[in-house]
Amino acid sequence: MTRTDNGFSATRRLILQGAGAVALVGLGNLPFAPAFAAANDKYPEEAFKQKTEADAIKSLYGKTAEASDKVKMDAPEIAENGAVVPVSVSTTLADVTSISFLVAENPVALVASYKIPAGTMPNVANRIKMAKTSNVIVVVEAGGKLYSATKEVKVTVGGCGG
Amino acid sequence: MASTIRVRATSSGETTEVQALIQHPMDSGFIKDSKGELIPPHFIQQLTFEYNGKPVFVADWGGGVSKDPYVKFAFKGGKKGDELKVSWVDNKGATDTTTAKIQ
Repeated sequence: MTRTDNGFSATRRLILQGAGAVALVGLGNLPFAPAFAAANDKYPEEAFKQKTEADAIKSLYGKTAEASDKVKMDAPEIAENGAVVPVSVSTTLADVTSISFLVAENPVALVASYKIPAGTMPNVANRIKMAKTSNVIVVVEAGGKLYSATKEVKVTVGGCGG
Repeated sequence: MASTIRVRATSSGETTEVQALIQHPMDSGFIKDSKGELIPPHFIQQLTFEYNGKPVFVADWGGGVSKDPYVKFAFKGGKKGDELKVSWVDNKGATDTTTAKIQ
């Protein structure tokens, strides 16, 4: 009987300790969560779920972009392989804080979004996938406003299809 | 295991140009395998470059970035011999980190 008793009290203690730990973790999360997010820029999960480029831009920045000839995009006229399309962007705009790449006809429009801290050049080159012939849109956030450039890239072999 | 990250950082005196190539499948979740079944999404979500303990470039990526992704950027400053820290995390929680000497 004593053994059962011990077993019972040990289990009870474990449960209590467990509850205590959970409570501590729960409380601990609250003050640390915002600090963590600020130090480790949060991944824009929702923006990467949007199907259209307009919804993705809205989700990412909460505003719309206006076309600007100060945003220069370098992308091929024709991409032989949609799985690897080299696209780069540069801009003469000042105070650039972010640059994003979108493909209108992809199942998920947003491809990549880059944070540009002060001191980093507003020039980015990367390689993206394109399901089919589509407009490629580059959005530059500068001085709190959004500027964009659009170019159609023809794809002969898609990079997202089955 | 060898690092998945290959990075080259070159200082021109005033600026440092950084090129990175990472080994990763970058599966979007929309492509079917040879049996006609969808390959589940598996892609890098965030790639961070830090210099002197501060981020100089942060990439948020979706499944639309090409397999074995490549990215190029440049930042002001950066001395030859200094270290640049590069790390990524993918949608399954896997991570990798490396440091490169600026050349």
